[in-house]
Amino acid sequence: MTPLVSLKGLTRDFASGSGFLKPRRVMRAVDDVSLDIPRGSVTGVVGESGCGKSTLARLVLRLIAATSGTVTYDGADIGALPPAALRAMRRNMQMVFQDPYSAIDPRYTIRRALMEPFQVQRIAVPDPAARLAELMDKVGLNPSLADSYPHQLSGGQKQRVGIARALALNPAFLVLDEPTASLDVSIQAQIIGLLEGLRRDLGLTYLFISHDLSLVRYFCDRMVVMYLGRVVEVLPQARDKPRHPYARALMDSHFEPDPARRKVVQMLKGEIPSPFNLPPGCAFAARCPAATSLCHEDRPALVMGDGGHQIACHHPMG
Amino acid sequence: MSMLRFLSGVVRTPRGGASAVVLVLVVICALFAPLLAPYNYAIQSLPGANTPPGAAHWMGTDEFGRDLMSRIIHGARTSLSVALTAISISVVAGMTLGAMAGYFGGLFDRVVTAVVDLTWSFPEILIALLLIAIIGTGTESIIIAISIAYLAQFTRLTRAQVMALRTETYIEATVNLGAGHAHVIFRHLLPNAITPVIVAGMLATGDAIILEATLGFFGLGAQPPTPSWGSMMSSGTAQIFIAPWIILFPGAAIALTVISINLFGDALIDALDIRNRLREV
Amino acid sequence: MALLTVSNLCVSIGSLSPLDGVSFEARKGEILGLVGESGSGKSLTAMAIMGLLRRIGGRASTGSILFDGQELTTLAEPAYRQLRGKRIALISQNPMTSLDPLVRIGAQIDQVSRLHLGLSKPAAKARSIDLMQQLRIPDATTLHGAYPHQLSGGMKQRIVIAMALAADPDLIIADEPTTALDVTIQAQIIQIMVDMVRDRGLALILITHDMGVVAQACDRVVVLYAGRVAETDTTEAIFAASHHPYTASLIGCIPAHDQAEGTLLGIPGTVPSVLGYPAGCRFHPRCARVMDVCRTQIPAIVALPTGSVACHLHGGTA
Repeated sequence: MTPLVSLKGLTRDFASGSGFLKPRRVMRAVDDVSLDIPRGSVTGVVGESGCGKSTLARLVLRLIAATSGTVTYDGADIGALPPAALRAMRRNMQMVFQDPYSAIDPRYTIRRALMEPFQVQRIAVPDPAARLAELMDKVGLNPSLADSYPHQLSGGQKQRVGIARALALNPAFLVLDEPTASLDVSIQAQIIGLLEGLRRDLGLTYLFISHDLSLVRYFCDRMVVMYLGRVVEVLPQARDKPRHPYARALMDSHFEPDPARRKVVQMLKGEIPSPFNLPPGCAFAARCPAATSLCHEDRPALVMGDGGHQIACHHPMG
Repeated sequence: MSMLRFLSGVVRTPRGGASAVVLVLVVICALFAPLLAPYNYAIQSLPGANTPPGAAHWMGTDEFGRDLMSRIIHGARTSLSVALTAISISVVAGMTLGAMAGYFGGLFDRVVTAVVDLTWSFPEILIALLLIAIIGTGTESIIIAISIAYLAQFTRLTRAQVMALRTETYIEATVNLGAGHAHVIFRHLLPNAITPVIVAGMLATGDAIILEATLGFFGLGAQPPTPSWGSMMSSGTAQIFIAPWIILFPGAAIALTVISINLFGDALIDALDIRNRLREV
Repeated sequence: MALLTVSNLCVSIGSLSPLDGVSFEARKGEILGLVGESGSGKSLTAMAIMGLLRRIGGRASTGSILFDGQELTTLAEPAYRQLRGKRIALISQNPMTSLDPLVRIGAQIDQVSRLHLGLSKPAAKARSIDLMQQLRIPDATTLHGAYPHQLSGGMKQRIVIAMALAADPDLIIADEPTTALDVTIQAQIIQIMVDMVRDRGLALILITHDMGVVAQACDRVVVLYAGRVAETDTTEAIFAASHHPYTASLIGCIPAHDQAEGTLLGIPGTVPSVLGYPAGCRFHPRCARVMDVCRTQIPAIVALPTGSVACHLHGGTA
């Protein structure tokens, strides 16, 4: 089966300091990412701040343009679409944003925010009240909130509005950019539960961006681990044990809710290097417990292993 | 929030209430000048020239024997209409330029910013005088001159607001729905940016009344016999020792109106809690 | 022996009572976890112990806070100043706001020991560098002269911990010390704090909403809900068999290692606001095991073998 979304060699540079008397410096936020997202799957992208996962999310939806590489959605290269066609294409691919507090215009009521997708796409809605009730019901929002303003809602309710807005146009593909990172743990679990149910009922395809490896393990079918703009490991089964030392460090950083499984935390040496000044070898080498001189000189390529497992490491762990 | 309830809240503060009363009176004078004025503002009566304030003429008469109070009431019409028209043009043009510069950025933004910064560095009166020297005198000319003189202020303010709002997640979210530039600008950016610009426009109206009076004082504005507060003061300077009321009453009218506008604007700024956003300029 | 005993503490702010009868003990050499969602009163409890309620217009209306035999609720501000920073230290959530951006970090640590221990300048510097090394800050001598903006978030939080330790306190309160940090750094900071308590035998109150962190680090747990203690017990007992449905729900919010898909449930609804606490048990509107009595009667505190619980499922009403 052909993948729904396919990324090929996706790269994005950001320039800074191009001002007067400041040398222009270029940072590669996303570096040569290739990835197929099969229909109906949940692909998780995990990494820490600065790893390029949020930039990747925006590249996939072409909210920002790629420096090089392509994104294909259902066979169409969305980088090559003229603006009008791209705007129409957006019906199919939506996003849920990290910060529900600023994802809704403060001057919009929930009703207006949820009807805006139809207005933007110039889709006539025969019975707006019924459509609104249906949307709010889908995400577990009380219809009595329709005339509230965002500031009158709790964080969890706002994120439900964000999800309802993303679902309004019946998209097939959702990018979830850390949808629970700014919520309380109890609300995080609610939202994850809601997203699981929606995926099951509507047959959606998700790209789930997160810093929380345990959440990706739980929620996703496949896991992509990023470090400083590069994919370092792809696990075809999210619950497989990662073999890249960085992915392993991420996994060991999660504490189980079980005192019998207490961990001894490995102290990673050093700091995350500046993305403006990456070392020539493996980007993780300076912090890696298994690094050798080879790692500092030669950048490991992402190589395909058994059953679709991919890893970029000279010394993968057992 | 209903606008009416909000305004009634502003009016209930001492500053807001007192200034609102004065402003309402000035606006009533301007709207109903022919009904309110006791005499025709243009009828001269040389025997009755320079009559001091009294029962027949509450504010006295000028050097041509024209009723000063009637002229001040009609002058409110000239001052307010010139200032309001000029500032309205300026606000609309400034918001358009500022929103486009802030939203699209690039070369257009750099050109707009350069021009705006250049005009910003000169006082408004200098720009207005320069423009009148080019396009000539008269009411239309000073409206154009004043609106261009204040353009920089609103362009800068709108641009700053739009630049700050442009990075909000809800803008990205709207683009992601497939919205075009017009939808983003008119449905999201401008509605969220407009409040401080409107308040700044209100405060600028006070300044524009002074600017209009100044230009009138130099004889560049409304041409006789149309009364304007500035030209009335100008003619009063010659009589300042014989008939000081000729210069005093129009001066008081200007001062009272401008102070009231500033006080009311100040009350609005506090009620809307936008002092910081105005300072971004 | 308990170093800090909080008994029946009630806090009022104006006519509101955000804390209602909170009791617990903190012992030397132990880590006490104070857990709950946002709005449960965790941070307010910390402020009450630090004597900072006056700053937000609140006061301890009844109950007592006994620290090393000294009653804190009636302590005058000058006497409190002798205690704060010297015997009780606070590590706050955001390291960026705890450090003065214009002062070298070394000088900020030195200041604490000079002020509270009366050390000379060179002695204070030697002590600070020693502390930094103990907290595994690399190249401590050089970093002693650095400014806060030159450090990463994780390093800054270590500096804040060093400042807390500089006066050799008996009790440290850490208010969500890792929420602002990256996952791998979070784990390391938790590990550093565990080691710090073990090595120095001080008492630590760790405020968190993450039951994974509790399981990893804490000896005892106090579960707060809407200003009241729901349950308190040893970490082992609470994870082996929690007695309050709220505790069980909180534990269920963190995906466990082998959590089956679709089983992460979260807790429905949100924490009630102090403006409108429900009658009876405050958790009853969100509780899956609610009974009629829960809606009207405040549950009594029932002793357990190693702790206590306030739930109608476990005993008679008050």
